[in-house]
Amino acid sequence: MAIDADAAAAVRRLLLLAEVTDFLYREADLLDERRYEEWLGLLADDYQYSVPLRMNVRYGDVAEREQTRPGEEICWFDEGKETTELRVAQLATGQHWAEEPVSRVSHLVTNVRLESCEPPEVDVSCRFVVYRNRVTDESDFLVGRRKDRLRRAADGWRVCRRRLLLDQSVLLAKNLSVFV
Amino acid sequence: MRVRDLVDVTHGEISREIFVDGHIHRLELENLFPRAWLFVGHASQVPRPGDFFASWMGSDPVLLTRDDKGRPHVLLNSCRHRGMRVCRYDEGNTMQFTCPYHAWSYSIDGSLVSTPGDLHGVPQLKAAYSNKLRKENWGLVRCPKVRDYKGLVFATWDPEAPEFEDYVGDFHWWLDNLADAFDGTEAGTDVFRGVQKWRLKSNWKLVAENFLGDTYHGASTHASVEAVGIGPGGRGHRRHGEQQHEGGFSRGRLKTSFRLGHGASDNLRYELPYPEFAEQPMNEYFAAAWQTRKARLEKHGRPLGGRGPATMFPNMSFSAGFPRTILVAHPLSATETEVWRWYLVDKAAPGFVRDWLRHYYIRYAGPGGMTEQDDMENWDYATQASRGVVASRYPYNYQQGLGEELPSELDRAVHSHHAIAGEVNARAFYRRWSEFVDNLSWPELNKLAEVDERATRQGDGHGDRR
Repeated sequence: MAIDADAAAAVRRLLLLAEVTDFLYREADLLDERRYEEWLGLLADDYQYSVPLRMNVRYGDVAEREQTRPGEEICWFDEGKETTELRVAQLATGQHWAEEPVSRVSHLVTNVRLESCEPPEVDVSCRFVVYRNRVTDESDFLVGRRKDRLRRAADGWRVCRRRLLLDQSVLLAKNLSVFV
Repeated sequence: MRVRDLVDVTHGEISREIFVDGHIHRLELENLFPRAWLFVGHASQVPRPGDFFASWMGSDPVLLTRDDKGRPHVLLNSCRHRGMRVCRYDEGNTMQFTCPYHAWSYSIDGSLVSTPGDLHGVPQLKAAYSNKLRKENWGLVRCPKVRDYKGLVFATWDPEAPEFEDYVGDFHWWLDNLADAFDGTEAGTDVFRGVQKWRLKSNWKLVAENFLGDTYHGASTHASVEAVGIGPGGRGHRRHGEQQHEGGFSRGRLKTSFRLGHGASDNLRYELPYPEFAEQPMNEYFAAAWQTRKARLEKHGRPLGGRGPATMFPNMSFSAGFPRTILVAHPLSATETEVWRWYLVDKAAPGFVRDWLRHYYIRYAGPGGMTEQDDMENWDYATQASRGVVASRYPYNYQQGLGEELPSELDRAVHSHHAIAGEVNARAFYRRWSEFVDNLSWPELNKLAEVDERATRQGDGHGDRR
């Protein structure tokens, strides 16, 4: 019986992983298809998005100094849903020149792992590659790791916290005008 | 070739070559950046002895350090033996820099060597050099002049350069507003930890010029943020959060242009109170700060304006209001720039004010900032579309407000009532730039800037003269 219970738990976990992974892929599709209003619908009202700066530091200084701290120090992004909504509204003006003409973007999500599960929330770790090409030869690779906290609502999952670590200290792209 | 021939401020025409040509860029690196006073970093980034912050001055990597006596130093970050960058960390704390290549070590503790940065350890000193190496001659190259101005640390490589106060002139009032707290407390600011750094495919001067006095670009470039409304007043309010009863952006406003090349988008008598915020505690904090500052400054007969945006010649730009931030445009090549942004905050600001400002700053500026993203698009593609053989035959137009400069009570400065669409600042900037790049000597540079002939000759309709 114990074996069956373990197997059932493993299957539940696999199903949960598959469900969460599918959600992240669907989110990537919405972004790459520029369906921003639908994408906003996937963000919880208490959505918190932060992208710290990374620094070149000594091995022994990594814990203390390698990233800036969201909530108190300068980041690339550190914002809630209200600001993200403003960004979507800005894109829709047709005068956000950084994205006119619109960029071609692909969000790749991989190495998806469930870190913990405390219903209705799960913590998910993944790697991302965001490729942007615009105008002609303007190409950016934004690569790094991401930790998401997802919450199950009645009609599907919501992202309630996203912390993203970009593997660049000096940003080699001229701006971050696409959602990473 | 005289670079001054490419900068025709009399007619308001400037050759595109100065924004794209590699040879001219080399002349800038040789004749301008090693002689000018440059912003290196903020004192609060290196508060304790042994702290260091890695920065750039023109084409050279440097280290801003603090010695055991508490004094700041600026050292060339290149080993004297084979040139290795002795420190590849962005920041940290150490008492010596040891080069990984052959382990020459340089102390920043003045108690071990006669001067911080001096050579301290050389492996096999006796065997390799028969004890003849004069260690005192082989320390890290030190900046001869370093000035901590209210926490803003500037340096120049040129021992002959004028003192910082003379280089800055009356433009210091804008630096004061940048470095003093919102309530006027002198040097009452720190920087938030974290410097945003990013790369552009544009000439550095397009960046410097943008903040020097180009308020003309706002209406078009930033139309999308104006439409959305990201300012302190919340949705539907302007992005800088002017008080709504102030009648917008420009009533009574004048540009200020200095013969020394510095420029500001406003004047000291343009006394714009702090903005309206959507949050009441923010309104109360800033209303009180404004009253305190008003009382403090008026006691000394000081006007309350001068928040910029502004550029200190050549490549340090800043705004002393909302946002309050410093930008340095580091030149990488004629068509590549690395931009760094620092953000300032009152040392004594309570947590909710720090928090609000930090959110506002990074929503507004930097690569993720809704306003600045669109600037980058302009600078990069202006540079790209100016590189063509045909394009480069046609100069840029700098004729706004030409010949209509107004006198100023400030030393060697003029104003322009073309408060939004005025290019007086850019004309003065490029004139000073060309004088440096043509490698005029300090006596010649000083003599040219002895008077500002623009102010004495207003009304004759001939525009700037060289």
